[in-house]
Amino acid sequence: MRHAILALAIVASATAARADFTGKSIKIGVLNDQSGLYKDLAGPGSVMAAKMAAEEFGNKIGDTPIEIISADHQNKPDVGSAIARQWYDVDGVDVIVDVPTSSVALAIAQITKEKNKVFLASGPAASDLTGPKCSPNTVHWTYDTYALAHTTGKAEVDAGGKTWFFLTADYAFGAALERDTTAVVKEAGGTIVGGVKHPLNTTDFSSFLLQAQSSKAQVIGLANAGGDTINSIKAAHEFGIVKGGQKLAGLLVFVTDVHALGLETAQGLLLSESFYWDRDAKTRAWSKKWSERMAGQEPSMVQAGVYAAVLHYLKALKALKSDADGKAVVDQMKKLSTDDPLFGKGTIRPDGRKMHPMYLYEVKAPSESKGAWDLYKLIKEFPADQAFRPLDKGECPLVTGAAPAPAK
Amino acid sequence: MLFAVPVQALFGQLLIGLINGSFYALLSLGLAIIFGLLNVVNFAHGALYMLGAFVAWFLSEKAGVGYWGALVLAPLAVGIFGAIAERLFLRRLAGLDPLYGLLLTFGLALILQGLFSNWFGSSGMPYEMPERLTGGRALGFMFLPNYRIWVIGVSLVICFGTWAVIERTRLGSWLRAATENAALVSAFGINVPRMITITYALGVALAALAGVLAAPIYRVSPLMGADLIIVVFAVVVIGGMGSILGSIITGFSLGILEGLTKVFYPEASNTVIFVVMALVLLVRPAGLFGKQA
Repeated sequence: MRHAILALAIVASATAARADFTGKSIKIGVLNDQSGLYKDLAGPGSVMAAKMAAEEFGNKIGDTPIEIISADHQNKPDVGSAIARQWYDVDGVDVIVDVPTSSVALAIAQITKEKNKVFLASGPAASDLTGPKCSPNTVHWTYDTYALAHTTGKAEVDAGGKTWFFLTADYAFGAALERDTTAVVKEAGGTIVGGVKHPLNTTDFSSFLLQAQSSKAQVIGLANAGGDTINSIKAAHEFGIVKGGQKLAGLLVFVTDVHALGLETAQGLLLSESFYWDRDAKTRAWSKKWSERMAGQEPSMVQAGVYAAVLHYLKALKALKSDADGKAVVDQMKKLSTDDPLFGKGTIRPDGRKMHPMYLYEVKAPSESKGAWDLYKLIKEFPADQAFRPLDKGECPLVTGAAPAPAK
Repeated sequence: MLFAVPVQALFGQLLIGLINGSFYALLSLGLAIIFGLLNVVNFAHGALYMLGAFVAWFLSEKAGVGYWGALVLAPLAVGIFGAIAERLFLRRLAGLDPLYGLLLTFGLALILQGLFSNWFGSSGMPYEMPERLTGGRALGFMFLPNYRIWVIGVSLVICFGTWAVIERTRLGSWLRAATENAALVSAFGINVPRMITITYALGVALAALAGVLAAPIYRVSPLMGADLIIVVFAVVVIGGMGSILGSIITGFSLGILEGLTKVFYPEASNTVIFVVMALVLLVRPAGLFGKQA
């Protein structure tokens, strides 16, 4: 009997000491494109990045293990939403990470808020996530369309590109990127002479480029991503667009895209990233570890963002000792300043925007490159407050104090 | 809207439509031949097109064989692969519901695409354009890359060559006869099983050839076939399953239609072919060139 009481006491004290984590584990769900055009820039590489972040904590916080699961949203909002609901309602997932494809991300942000969980966005670009559609449960980590417009877009305008023609991916992301870049162009006194909206995942861009060519615009802005950007740039090269005197502005180009294009085609292209594997000793060291487990590829900024965001999330959980209240976790993340080897020191703003510098790069010529992944040279560093939208300009209800916009 | 587009620009778009149509025609031709003789809806066609491009890439990366060599070797290699697949798997389904062939080839496509996507990722690999075909010429209304002219030329020659072989030669007459009544043809001493193997190999070799032609323009990517195959099936359905001339003409004309859509309403350029397919199925269920059942 005495033994039994003793045992009970031990169990009781153990339970008391245990942090208040819901479920048997801290469950991190990496939701992204695992099979389509955004697979290489996010995909399994993001899952690996999340795993590496969990490993830094020994795969547990206190006694609670950290578990990482993943799924393929196929870039479809309905597929992504169904998985998110299943994860939150049935599988006990505490946080959804990554989610490239802004249309899917906007849906996930809404569901996450409804269920009071946490959404760490690394892949999506639409600045609406911290603007009119901001949520107390979302942290938007890596980059956004506003930052792309104010780095790559601005650099092109400053270099004299006053008339623009847009090739825009016909969904939330493309629209946001075109809108934010248009603002930059107009602010500098430039004009938009035309544009086409092409379906996501288009193979042949020659027809659109021909329209861009006959528009006589100085700059052709590519408001698309991944495979679509690769195909646009390839076709532009083939149809002699750049030789004809028009400039291509790849508004969102990832390191994996440049690698796939080859330097011969991509050289001279300006692009912005918040992370490049070869930026400094710390990014190289981390990328080496990641690369060894990913068959020699190098990580994209999206994958780096997944690592850093999960790392910071786990820090917040450790401090808070609970994951029950998603909003409280995000509040804690905003309270702690961020510090990781990939993005350096930074903060998360009240609207959910993660603040760090953006870097403007130029793609090297083949003669300058020393290896298959030696692709960029740094042109300019934009401090966070120049790259990202000022807090009071985003129309985020969390900041303005206005009633949140009704869900559509 | 129509008048907002200058006539000259329209010419350019028509030409580009013709180029895309070349790929549709080459691929749907292979599908039509295979369906005509084997009664198999070859869902692996897109994957074999991708395989053709990858063989070309391998040849240039690992063996130093350039584009011109690949143009012959890749279709040959994929044709042999197709012959083996036909002997090992497809043959066992002869006489069964065509649904089984569809499932088998669909599975084959998924396996091939999955393997390649696992090995190479989705961004794909660059493939150098042959030196002789780089550059282009200014036509006044547009800049036409030489390579695209080449694609149209090859596609036209191959398509009508294949059509002529099937419609105008003895071998072709055996083929057509075997399609109608295999038992009777084999009674005349013709080795029908071997002819079926050759036909399948020929059909998939055409897909591989299209893959090699596509490699320098697009990316050599595991998903290149998956993106294209659905459109190509729509082309075959519109043209009439099994109709060779139908698939060629429909391929080219739908390429042009798609090109025009890209000018007038780009958002619909992915869907226009399916709208046409639905309309054709409503009016002529056997397709534009198919025999009415």
